[in-house]
Parts: sequence; structure tokens; C-alpha cells
Amino acid sequence: MNDTTLEARLSAADYKSDYKPIWCPGCGDYTVLSSLTKALAMIQRPPHEVAVVSGIGCSSRIPAYTTCYGFHGVHGRSLAAATGLKVARPDLTVVVTGGDGDGYSIGGNHFMHACRRNVDMTYIVMDNHVYGMTKGQASPTTEPDWDNKLSPGGTGIRAFNPLVIALASGANFVARGFSGDPNGTAELIAQAIRHPGFSFVEILSPCITFRPEQKQWKEVVRPAPVQPTDDPGLAARRLMTDDGFNLGVLHAGSRNPYPARMGQAAASLADLESEFEL
Amino acid sequence: MKTTPQTLDDFMAVALAMENEAVERYTEFADMMETHNNDDVAAMFRTMAGYEAKHAQHIMDQMGWQTAPAVPRELVCWPGYESPEAAPIDEVHYLMKPWHALQLALAAEQRAEAFFGQLAGMTTNDSVRKAALEMQAEEAEHVELVTAWMAKVPQPDQDWSDDPDPPRYID
Repeated sequence: MNDTTLEARLSAADYKSDYKPIWCPGCGDYTVLSSLTKALAMIQRPPHEVAVVSGIGCSSRIPAYTTCYGFHGVHGRSLAAATGLKVARPDLTVVVTGGDGDGYSIGGNHFMHACRRNVDMTYIVMDNHVYGMTKGQASPTTEPDWDNKLSPGGTGIRAFNPLVIALASGANFVARGFSGDPNGTAELIAQAIRHPGFSFVEILSPCITFRPEQKQWKEVVRPAPVQPTDDPGLAARRLMTDDGFNLGVLHAGSRNPYPARMGQAAASLADLESEFEL
Repeated sequence: MKTTPQTLDDFMAVALAMENEAVERYTEFADMMETHNNDDVAAMFRTMAGYEAKHAQHIMDQMGWQTAPAVPRELVCWPGYESPEAAPIDEVHYLMKPWHALQLALAAEQRAEAFFGQLAGMTTNDSVRKAALEMQAEEAEHVELVTAWMAKVPQPDQDWSDDPDPPRYID
């Protein structure tokens, strides 16, 4: 590598904006932001060739904290906005960020269909099993027996299994990371971005304010004891029986991504108008 | 699979990565505290980031490096997921006091000292062992310095985390 190349290399700092995060001190999302910027430095795409799209929630603030193009959209609709962006601008690297409430509840339907369409983008969900921004309500991934004043005795409702749903719906890459492992998570995100098609990275990111017991996650997470598989059925069977704390790439498939058609949709204005003629 | 560095270059690259991760973490802490108007603690974390940056620069100068070398994952041989010198992200509180910040720094320096001692005992390379023992001695000095600093800082009252307008109204 010559000196010119060294000078041109982008570092994680090049992807961090001057805005300081306003998350609670100690939140796992800080290290996820760090992992994302490290991952972008690994793939060396300049910030103006990357778009970070989000919905609503604590973790959805991430676009503003990067120097990439950002779109902070409406609740649960980040994947819809990102799909439109990627289809219109396939030359961009599109990363979607959000939380478990935004992605699995309000945006649950978009999640399944984004997996099914397999558009080439990466979806990072910072899962803390709670709605943090709105003061601690149970989310789709909350344990059924989580007891608090807003759901006394727990909701009694089975928790959503996002990785299995992603596999069943057709996601081409499925991984689980942990915010307490920022370097490992950065590598997962970089792999997800490089993998063609829809990549889903679930990151366990403790909410120290409303779920302080999640500080114990660092004691129970461990590298998945199995190699990644390209068989979604096998990956799903493994995930149906794991305890939610196995980290790493769990599925790397070979489905063809939704085809990019950059340049082919250049219909003239007259053509477009003719489509709307009554 | 983690392996112990077997060359001086690899060892120093790991040591540099440790220092840089500590810089990054203390800077994150300083930013958090500034955002939450805890200026005394923010200043303290900023100072700590500055110290760690000096240690990192010292290693760069010693090795004659212009840029930090990439460290292969298998060479990142510290226990756990993060550098022993980086305080865990979840051990800060928006109302924490300078004494707490020093407590975190002390624990980080102690972990680093123990790590270098352990590495010196594991390596089969004489130059790596010598460098690891030097690093261990430096970290021991830092432990003494932080301990002395803590003695000058008042210990927090028992109710230091009481907040009349807490974020958790559900308690």
C-alpha cells in the first residue's frame, strides 16, 4: 500500500458527525453507533455514497450522528422509505437502523416484506426489549413475564422471534450482535453490507434506564457454537431452540437480490403521463 | 481463536489498540456527560482521554509508525469483548461524581496491569515478554497515580443518584 492510499483511507471518525448523541449515559446504542462507523470504515465507501435511514425511537436517531446521507422517517416506515431509495438509487449503500418497537411492531409488516423482496440493503435493529423513548412499555420482544407498573405481572404474551421471522420471510443474511462487543459487531455489519440482498443484523443493546437488568447480558452472550449455514431451514431450526444469546452470522444465503434497474426506468415525461390518461 | 502475539510488532499493535479503545471510550463518556450537563465529570473523562492519547502516541513514536496498524482479530487476545483498558459502556450514570469516574479509571488500569502480566507469562518470545513487563510496570504506575488522585477527591454522598425528576416514573 503506498502513501497516497494510506492518506486516502477513511477512518471511523470520518463517518461521525459533530452532533453528540443524547441517549442516556450507558446506553448500548453508543457502541452500536461506534460499530456502524467502524464498519463503514472497513468497507471504505465515502459518506456521500451511503444513506442511513431510520424510523422513530431512541436508536432511530443514528442518521444524524453520521456524516452519511440520512433520512429520519416516520414510525415503522424506515424499510419502506429505504426500499424506495435503494430501488431508485441502487448505486448507494443503504443502511436502515431502528429499534424493536419501530421494526417489529409498528413496522412489522414492512419487516416481513422487506425480507421477502430481498432488496440489497442492511437492516440493523437495536433490540432492548422495551419502548425506551416513550418511557418503558413492553415491546414485541419483551419477555412475557417482565413485571412493571405498566404491565403488572407481565404481558403474558409470547415474545416475537425476529430472526426466525426474517428467515421464514426470505432475508438473505441473518446475524446477531451485542453492543458490548463493538469490534465484533462492526465486523458483522461490514459483512452484512457486503452480502448481496437483504441483510438483517439484530443487535442486543441494553436499555440501562428501563431494563437495568440487561446489564447482565454481557455475562450470557457467547459466539454461536455453529458455523453459518446457507440453508434457511437449518438456520431457523437452530434459532427456534437457541436462547437468544448466540452471536455471529447465523445464515448467509444465496438468493438473488431484487434486481436493480438503474437507467432502465428513464421513461419520458410523455410516457409517464400516458400511463395516467383516463 | 485468540493467539498470544509472537512478535514485538504484533504485541505493540495490540497495546496500541488497547490505548486507542480507551481514548475512544473516555471520549464517549465525556460527550455523554457534557450532553447531560455533568461538566465536572465530563472534564475528568476528557482529561483521561488525553492521557490515554499520549500513551498511544508514545507507542507510535517508539515503533516509528505513522498510522496505527490493523490488528487481526485473532491477535486481540484480551479476555472478554473489549480492551481491558476501556471501561464498560454501561458503568456510567448521568449523575455520577468525579470519584466514580476515577473508580472506573482505577479498575481499567488494574485490568490492563493484570493483562500485561498474564501476557508476559504466556509468551515464548523474549522481546514480547520484556515489552509486556514494561507495560505492566507502566500500568502499575498509573494505578498508583489514580489511587493518589482518588484520595484528593471527595467520596460521593449516599444519595448521589437521587433525582427529583427521574426518567423512570414507573419506580
